[in-house]
Amino acid sequence: MAAEEGKVYVGNVDVAARRARDILLGKLKLEDAVDWATSFSLWPVHLTTSCCSTEFAATFGPRFDGEQFGSLPWVSPRQTNLIVIEGTVTRKMACAVRITWEQMPSPKFAIAMGACALDGGLFYNSYNVVRPWEVIPIDIYIPGCPPRPESVARAIVELQRKIRRKHLAGEWVRTGWRPDREPVKPKEDVCSWWRG
Amino acid sequence: MAADKLSTARQRAEEALKSIGVSYSVEEGANFVEFIVDVARLKDAALALKNAGFGTVVSVTATDYPKKNTIKVVYHVTSMIDDEVKGAIIGVGVYLPRIDKPSMPSLTGVWLSAEFMEREVFEFFGVEFEGHPDLKPLLLIPPLAEKRPLRKDFVVREENIYEGVPFSNVG
Amino acid sequence: MSGDIRFYGAFKDELGLKTIPSRRIAKDTYEIFIGPQHPGSGHMRIIIKVDGDVIVEAEPDIGYVHRTMEKLGEIRGWIKPIPLFERMAIHDACNITLPYVRAVEKLMGVEAPERAKYLRVLLCEINRIAAHLYGFAIFGIFLGHSTMYMWAMGDREVWIELAQELTGARLTHSYPVPGGVRRDIHDEYPDMVRRAIRYMRKRLEDYRKLFLDNPVIKSRLEGVGVISKKQVVELGIVGPNARGSGVAYDVRLADPYEVYDQLDFEIPVFEEGDALARTYVRVEEIKQSMNILEQVVDWLEKHKGEPIIHESVSSKYGPVHKKVLQEQRRAKLLPLHATMKVPAGRAIGRGETARGEVIYYVESDGGLNPYRVRIVTPSARNAIAFKYALPGHKVMDLPAIYGSLDYFPPESDR
Repeated sequence: MAAEEGKVYVGNVDVAARRARDILLGKLKLEDAVDWATSFSLWPVHLTTSCCSTEFAATFGPRFDGEQFGSLPWVSPRQTNLIVIEGTVTRKMACAVRITWEQMPSPKFAIAMGACALDGGLFYNSYNVVRPWEVIPIDIYIPGCPPRPESVARAIVELQRKIRRKHLAGEWVRTGWRPDREPVKPKEDVCSWWRG
Repeated sequence: MAADKLSTARQRAEEALKSIGVSYSVEEGANFVEFIVDVARLKDAALALKNAGFGTVVSVTATDYPKKNTIKVVYHVTSMIDDEVKGAIIGVGVYLPRIDKPSMPSLTGVWLSAEFMEREVFEFFGVEFEGHPDLKPLLLIPPLAEKRPLRKDFVVREENIYEGVPFSNVG
Repeated sequence: MSGDIRFYGAFKDELGLKTIPSRRIAKDTYEIFIGPQHPGSGHMRIIIKVDGDVIVEAEPDIGYVHRTMEKLGEIRGWIKPIPLFERMAIHDACNITLPYVRAVEKLMGVEAPERAKYLRVLLCEINRIAAHLYGFAIFGIFLGHSTMYMWAMGDREVWIELAQELTGARLTHSYPVPGGVRRDIHDEYPDMVRRAIRYMRKRLEDYRKLFLDNPVIKSRLEGVGVISKKQVVELGIVGPNARGSGVAYDVRLADPYEVYDQLDFEIPVFEEGDALARTYVRVEEIKQSMNILEQVVDWLEKHKGEPIIHESVSSKYGPVHKKVLQEQRRAKLLPLHATMKVPAGRAIGRGETARGEVIYYVESDGGLNPYRVRIVTPSARNAIAFKYALPGHKVMDLPAIYGSLDYFPPESDR
């Protein structure tokens, strides 16, 4: 029986229990525990910037099942720690992206999805398009126009690895800073046009 | 079938325009026809067309002709309920001088469906619609709308794809 | 404010329209900004003014996904705008690019061979079903009905898979090109389509039980967001939203393109004009699209081996391209397409996408680039509905109305 082997539907209970014991007995540092916990609760915020959102929606649909990575799109930026830039960011949207990013609690991460988020893609010379990496710091880039849902799932797994290998969340708990990068500040005020 | 409808629609529109004594010139496209009228009589012509059954604006199409030094604004209209002309597109339009802020009467009072499209023409071409209830940019942020992006003298560079575009460089 | 008359957008002027009183109620109203980051993931903002929890004024603030299609369409030749325009409605790619291709064909004076026309209709209807299912999924999210999201997204994959089998891409097909289509179907394809149709008919029955006949959903949609027939005509609302209000306007009937005049199908029309009627229209349209698909694959099976691209293109093929066309049934684009010139003239291309009528006004001066491409997409025309349909409703009704209009911002902002 599955239960006898310590396996229930969510994974191996024995391994999980051993890990919990290690944490409690102090064998695992608190920072590592934070890394481990953060990497399996990457909740992206509901901010769709462009048309890659159709593939993002498909990623969390039943066929590709993004929730198996512990990731669930959530409505409020205050309760999320991941932002997925889904495609082009226009000048008007850049303001919204920055505001949403600043609302999210640290440690927080960003995935840029699609060719437009890399370097403009098809709209490389459009007068209304900005590069998301000039607005917020990006951790993982996904190429493709649009990327397939598999690549989005892969990006989430890569981000989990990155967090645990580089201790991004744990370092933040210890020092208050992300160890790998300086915080990105937009060169110009992206919201300068707003109401004035 | 579509050609029959277009000729019916054209006939009906011409009758409507003649009945109020508006002089017009006809410009034909591949599958539509446009009536160019004087700016002063545009509102009368629009009302006559609306009474003739063309109740919905499908597009407010503006085109910039720097060589002729004009901006052409055409209201492409159709009927959504009248079976005789349903599906035929006719246009009523004007030629405006190509100056910084050309002005023409707003037809939002005649066709409500033109409300947002006139705002679009305003931001992309700088055409000011007199009597529009809420004339402000629709899609663009205000500093960008000042540059009138769809005019032909706003040039978008086709550059090498390996060359980055600076953030602050607009056009 | 005692003694002052309050109008919640409910009084009517001589046109029978709701007029928005922006001056009358100024004192005790609140302004609420909804979006562009909100649970429904729409890339737009609606600024509403509320009195209590009744919306008195709504102002759609769109343009968050304005990617300058009209300007870029003027500098990229005649072929490259096809993948560009496709990004407006990425899950409805064939429907949204076909009118542009047809406008270019009209200017060039070529007409696609009949088999190509049927193949275009095939992909158009597959796209239409997928787009409606996507709309249901997002509608489910809006209403907090996650099961509908899961079901519709899962069943959409069936149609995505069919489109992928035909074109090689999940969403961005770039399938119709001036003169024909890029690929032909393989022998097992008609059976795949029939299997998908059989499956979907069964699933629609489940949807009815779970979603449409669900008393909670019904009470949230019935009588909410009513748009009258007169308003539809006056505001220029198109697509299922117009047909949910009793306006039988569909470009496939009003101005038939491709082979729609040879196919047997109906245009579902509902008279109520509320959110529920708009939802029913979409369900019925999925059924009609499946009827069309059955007729199309029957025709395609009977007429195997007919040309899929106009001979003005295929006659210029070299031996390698000819071999690919004959053996793999793939029509390759030639280098001369990149420097293609189109005779001077003006044409309007129009078609019915899943969300309504799309119009391309294409003007050529005989050069390498279009002189002007004006695009009016269905969502761009439906955006005005927010301004005139929301006032008078409670804030809680906003997600239901928003979702039922099936508004897709990238398409609207162009």
